[in-house]
Amino acid sequence: MQYTIKNARLLDGSVVDVVINDGTISEIGSSLKVGEIIDGKKNLLIPGLVDLHTHLREPGREDSETVATGSMAAAKGGFTAISAMANTFPVADTAGVVEQVFRLGQEAGYCDVFPIGAVTQGLKGEALAELGAMANSKARVRIFSDDGKCVSDPLLMRRALEYVKTFNGIIAQHAQDPALTVGSQMNEGVVSSKLGLNGWPAVAEEAIIARDILLAEHVGSRLHICHLTTAGGVDLLRFAKSRGINVTAEVTPHHLLLTDELVSNYDPVFKVNPPLRTEKDVMALRAGLADGTIDIVGTDHAPHPTEDKDCEWQSAAFGMVGLETALSVVVKSMIETKLMSWSDLVDRMSIAPARIAGYTNHGRDIVVGSPANLTIIDTSSNWIVDRNRLASKSKNTPFQAMSLPASVLHTFFNGNLVLKNSELVMGGSN
Amino acid sequence: MNRHLLSINDLSPQDALGILNTASELSKISDGPMKKLPTLRGRTVVNLFFEDSTRTRISFESAAKRLSADVINFSAKGSSVSKGESLKDTAQTLQAMGADAVVIRHGASGAAQRLADSGWISASVINAGDGTHEHPTQALLDAYTIRSKFPQYQDSFAGLKVGIVGDILHSRVARSNVLLLTKLGAKVSLVAPPTLIPVGVTDWNVEVSYDLDEVVKKVDVLMMLRVQSERMKDSFFPSEREYSRGYGLDLARLNALQEHAIVMHPGPMNRGLEISAESADSHRSVVLAQVANGVLVRMAVLYQLLGGAALTGEVSA
Repeated sequence: MQYTIKNARLLDGSVVDVVINDGTISEIGSSLKVGEIIDGKKNLLIPGLVDLHTHLREPGREDSETVATGSMAAAKGGFTAISAMANTFPVADTAGVVEQVFRLGQEAGYCDVFPIGAVTQGLKGEALAELGAMANSKARVRIFSDDGKCVSDPLLMRRALEYVKTFNGIIAQHAQDPALTVGSQMNEGVVSSKLGLNGWPAVAEEAIIARDILLAEHVGSRLHICHLTTAGGVDLLRFAKSRGINVTAEVTPHHLLLTDELVSNYDPVFKVNPPLRTEKDVMALRAGLADGTIDIVGTDHAPHPTEDKDCEWQSAAFGMVGLETALSVVVKSMIETKLMSWSDLVDRMSIAPARIAGYTNHGRDIVVGSPANLTIIDTSSNWIVDRNRLASKSKNTPFQAMSLPASVLHTFFNGNLVLKNSELVMGGSN
Repeated sequence: MNRHLLSINDLSPQDALGILNTASELSKISDGPMKKLPTLRGRTVVNLFFEDSTRTRISFESAAKRLSADVINFSAKGSSVSKGESLKDTAQTLQAMGADAVVIRHGASGAAQRLADSGWISASVINAGDGTHEHPTQALLDAYTIRSKFPQYQDSFAGLKVGIVGDILHSRVARSNVLLLTKLGAKVSLVAPPTLIPVGVTDWNVEVSYDLDEVVKKVDVLMMLRVQSERMKDSFFPSEREYSRGYGLDLARLNALQEHAIVMHPGPMNRGLEISAESADSHRSVVLAQVANGVLVRMAVLYQLLGGAALTGEVSA
């Protein structure tokens, strides 16, 4: 397919026509007119967003999300690459499962779906999964994570960090000391004390981060901290980076905007792990993302069926969907607050995650020859979140009815228009 | 007043005093020859108990019956709930049966509020204890009991000093009492080992002490909380004996109380652990008055949530 995006605004403010031919950007200039014309209307053209933290639920819980529906949600959210977490049924701890997820992503054709492999067999935290087999599979797995569970055994964590060095892998840690968080339901603090809900103290995250950055330094390997939520964690990351330790970190959109005060009505749509924290933590996370201490935004898109949220708090599942609101929430918390520019946002949501994960076809400069994984954003309009209009199979968004800035108009994946005027193009790129 | 009673936060000081005043009026009737009032005739009150609590259930049942309501007891054990039925389905079943009020006891904090907010039912919801969150009628009956013992504190508790001793962290009774007592102006001291005090207590408008001997000397009311021995296994304290020595109400501490001070306990008591037999049975103990007042206060709550009309008018009619 050939397309010309007319009047696309680039990050430097220039307005250009961009020709896409056979999956790559073939020409940039003015008065170009080849193939299908997409009127950019001076909206912002950026490299497609990249998520390193997505739960797709297939195989096993196709009632909450499939690789296909998650891919569609990604395209609607402006993502051209997502990373499927390993906590499926069966767990993605073998070459077979990661290849299946990778293939399902290709078949869906809305974005690249790169599987993340489990660190330990069955996410049990007892013995290493076949990391090498997953790395050498067709899915070419480079990120390994037991996300949802912490690799809490320090020796096993050390071994994992060492082992993945042979193929330049990275261990993405869900930093949560299990012993400090038995039965935990929400952030431990003033609000939990009033609500009588079991606390998840910040120290349970910070203790694991501290341990793991020291392990990463000791063995000289790559560590990624998933969904950082605490002010103390940001300080530890800052310390690690000042020591030159090879650690990266992500923050979710919801932790940049929401606080534990929202738990006060016990609505489980606000139940998430790690939990919503305090205003002070939110401010520290924003500052950390702005100054680069936190490298990237990761959605932690976590779909759950209605019945898993339509119950009392304690029985409800942890997690929030986030692919379709991520960009807007980051704009609201980081750009509208003047903490970051659009260039910074593109770095944190596309360039840096692609670099960390080695997704070489994503997060590229908009120049001739780059793969056409692109998204076009209307930066001036607001929209109201309506959970019934989400492409995701699950509707557990904490942003329901909220007015958010910036909407995704068009998404190109591999040179194909998969989202046009904010509507999915049926069949994706296939 | 709200349609529900989920938390003491739902009540203004006037609302709370209104309930206590209604309970006082009702006590006059209860002392008379006709104990039963026709107020809630034809209305249905469901006791929805997901946790065993014979005392609280009987208290609500007796309160509803004295107001002539029909009472349905729905307990989790041996019902569809134990077969995995969700709170939502249970609630909708009760709705279909025409419940006017649902009194809910549940092990999950916030369950009562979920029931009230979710749109599953239209009945008034009364929280009879949700997890480690609140137990508002217990706080109301405790306030009623305090008021009946201290005539000088009728419309305000300003000047009253209350010590609450024990497992504050896991106690719904403590949370509701702190809210209500401070709302009415009392000065509250919490006494417990630091492991049993919530990290967020700084926001509670109370004093925290680890020294029961100091606190017993200055309080007008000493409220002892039940301490569950499971807490010992989770290392909240080293042993029952050590807990009892530090935080139990023994004879020496009982004798150190001021002349007029009273001892309260929400029951059931662990004699020998948080309270010695002498203390439990002493003339200062108002434990049985608390039980009796529980029925009156729960009548008052049902009356105000479901009855609507002013009490005095109806009685004279």
